[in-house]
Amino acid sequence: MSQATPESLKRHWERTRNLTIFVLCLWFIFSFVVHWSAASLNSMTFLGFPLGYYFAVQGSLAIFVILIFFQNWKQDQIDDEAGVGE
Amino acid sequence: MQGNFIDNLPKIYGMYTGGFICFILLMAVCEQMGMTADTIGILFVSFTIVIYAGIGWLSRTMEVGAYYVAGREVPPVFNGMATAADWMSGASFVALAGGIYFGGHGYLAFVVGWTGGYVLVNSLMAPYLRKFGCFTVPDFIGTRYGGNLARFCAVVVLVVASFTYVTAQINATGTIAARALQIPFEVGVWFGLLGILLCSMLGGMRAVTWTQVAQYIVLIIAYLLPVIWMSNKQKFGLVPHFSYGDAVHKIAGLEKTLGVGAKAASKVAGQKVLTTLHNAPADGGMGAWKFVTLAFCMMAGTASLPHILMRYFTTPSVRDARKSVAWSLFFIFLLYFTAPALATLTKLQLLDPSLATAIIGKSIADVNALTWVQKWHAVGMLSVADGNGDGILQINEFFMRPDIVVLATPEIAGLPYVISGLVAAGGMAAAMSTADGLLLAIANALSHDLYYSIIDPTADTKKRLVVARVLLVFIGAAGAFVASMKLTGILGAVAWAFCFAMSGLFVPLVMGVWWKRANRAGAIASMVLGFAAGSAYLYHVRFAGGDPILGLDHLRFGVVGIIVSFVAMIVVSLATEEPSAEIQKMVDDTRNPSGASILSDAH
Repeated sequence: MSQATPESLKRHWERTRNLTIFVLCLWFIFSFVVHWSAASLNSMTFLGFPLGYYFAVQGSLAIFVILIFFQNWKQDQIDDEAGVGE
Repeated sequence: MQGNFIDNLPKIYGMYTGGFICFILLMAVCEQMGMTADTIGILFVSFTIVIYAGIGWLSRTMEVGAYYVAGREVPPVFNGMATAADWMSGASFVALAGGIYFGGHGYLAFVVGWTGGYVLVNSLMAPYLRKFGCFTVPDFIGTRYGGNLARFCAVVVLVVASFTYVTAQINATGTIAARALQIPFEVGVWFGLLGILLCSMLGGMRAVTWTQVAQYIVLIIAYLLPVIWMSNKQKFGLVPHFSYGDAVHKIAGLEKTLGVGAKAASKVAGQKVLTTLHNAPADGGMGAWKFVTLAFCMMAGTASLPHILMRYFTTPSVRDARKSVAWSLFFIFLLYFTAPALATLTKLQLLDPSLATAIIGKSIADVNALTWVQKWHAVGMLSVADGNGDGILQINEFFMRPDIVVLATPEIAGLPYVISGLVAAGGMAAAMSTADGLLLAIANALSHDLYYSIIDPTADTKKRLVVARVLLVFIGAAGAFVASMKLTGILGAVAWAFCFAMSGLFVPLVMGVWWKRANRAGAIASMVLGFAAGSAYLYHVRFAGGDPILGLDHLRFGVVGIIVSFVAMIVVSLATEEPSAEIQKMVDDTRNPSGASILSDAH
């Protein structure tokens, strides 16, 4: 593990910020966009559910769980590469 | 047992879970041997409360670090369970499925909002607040922005938001205790408070943490077991979650033949007939706008409610704080993706004429002869009115209080009474754990931020902890007093707590980490103006009879508050001097997960 320098810390924060923005974009899509158009999505079927309904009862929820685990996995990599992992 | 308590946690809670399952089996045997339903209910509720109180007693402490942040040694998975119990209130447990049953697609905004908020907690808040090393949420605001005024404003918002919430929880414990133990509601409220205080008073955060883990185990078993049982009776498979799509389609068909949407045949106070379609979302326009604004309020509120944020102060490291957010959402997800399944299957039970449990379309005399109908009718929770006088029960002639769906489901599906007793214990666990977290959040903010940081910084440890406990009892009593006055119109609005918190705390918390330029004047303006604007708007739409602007009703007033709060933060910060180099360095350190925390553990 390399020692953290002011430059590496700056780079670390940039990468953290980019990851956060990426995660929040996905969050926005599955929080708002899919539910905004739930009625049109309902014409499709997923696992026997109308798709728009599926997102509201399971899909978005499951994606949030996976999203947080994914974010933490990436963030751990970013921290370790910058030498600030604990 | 070898080793210390933390290393043995999986073993201890494994044994606890096994013991609880044995207790359920024992009750089932007793029921077969003729024990009455009332006795089973009393045993379930009192047995679980005695266990929680025992854990509270074992976790007693006289150390500041243990009292405020559980000694910062809670492993992520267990902190996840504790947060899930802290988070899922009596309202989630008891009322959510009923809300979906009656509210259809629009109500699912709560389900999306109460889970999606954790993405915000994980991305914007938890790791940074943990790095900061604060004891309470106002501790962060007071240190980052500096000065007692900023700290004081944060305390005020915290107290208003959490107190609104806690009275609803004490109300819920009172309701369940009253029903299960056969005591009057007013006594039930004080009894519930006693249980809550037994968990938190002696051990503060440490005691609350370990009781909340125990409460999560009870509440999740109590929620999942009846649904899985019911699903198997109805041939929806072992795990209904992936196969109830058919039921959704079936209900859509039945809604047409039964005429769901017809106006209620008559009016029964507090009870509703089913008029909303199960799955009829609006495509774009006002309906969709209402869905996303409600979801947004619940999400931003989640990320600003102090009793949730302070759970992430208890982990050993920043990385563990993030991990425990992930586990929290996983454990919450288990309940929230079950609630719509429960609502759907229960609805099918009542509507589908091919099932033995159906009541719609049956003769009124037959329906009135059902035990569960009689029982819930006797307590004023359900009624049947033959509006058109044809002797057949129509969809618009069946009235029910929305919050009994979960409690009545085992009886509707014809499950043994032991399941109803279990559900009562689960509801009690859900309400108690949330009430504990909220009371502690309020009492800790007042004792640490108001008393120790502002009024008497020289107080010694013993005095601080005595003050913290005295405040806990007083606030609990105040909450129980308000709850016993049964101001249901106000107490029902759990959503208000979320809107208050997001109006006052979301922006200063996020900007404190993500915008170095944010300064004291900006933070104070943001808290004061955001909170004032949100409250004034609430007064306008709820009490002054004003028209909601853009469909933002009293459940969504946080949208107004957060916008004002955000604008105030930007404008006032930019108009005043930038923060000192020292503060900017503090922000840099907060963003770096390694190294010592900003505030020492002895602060």
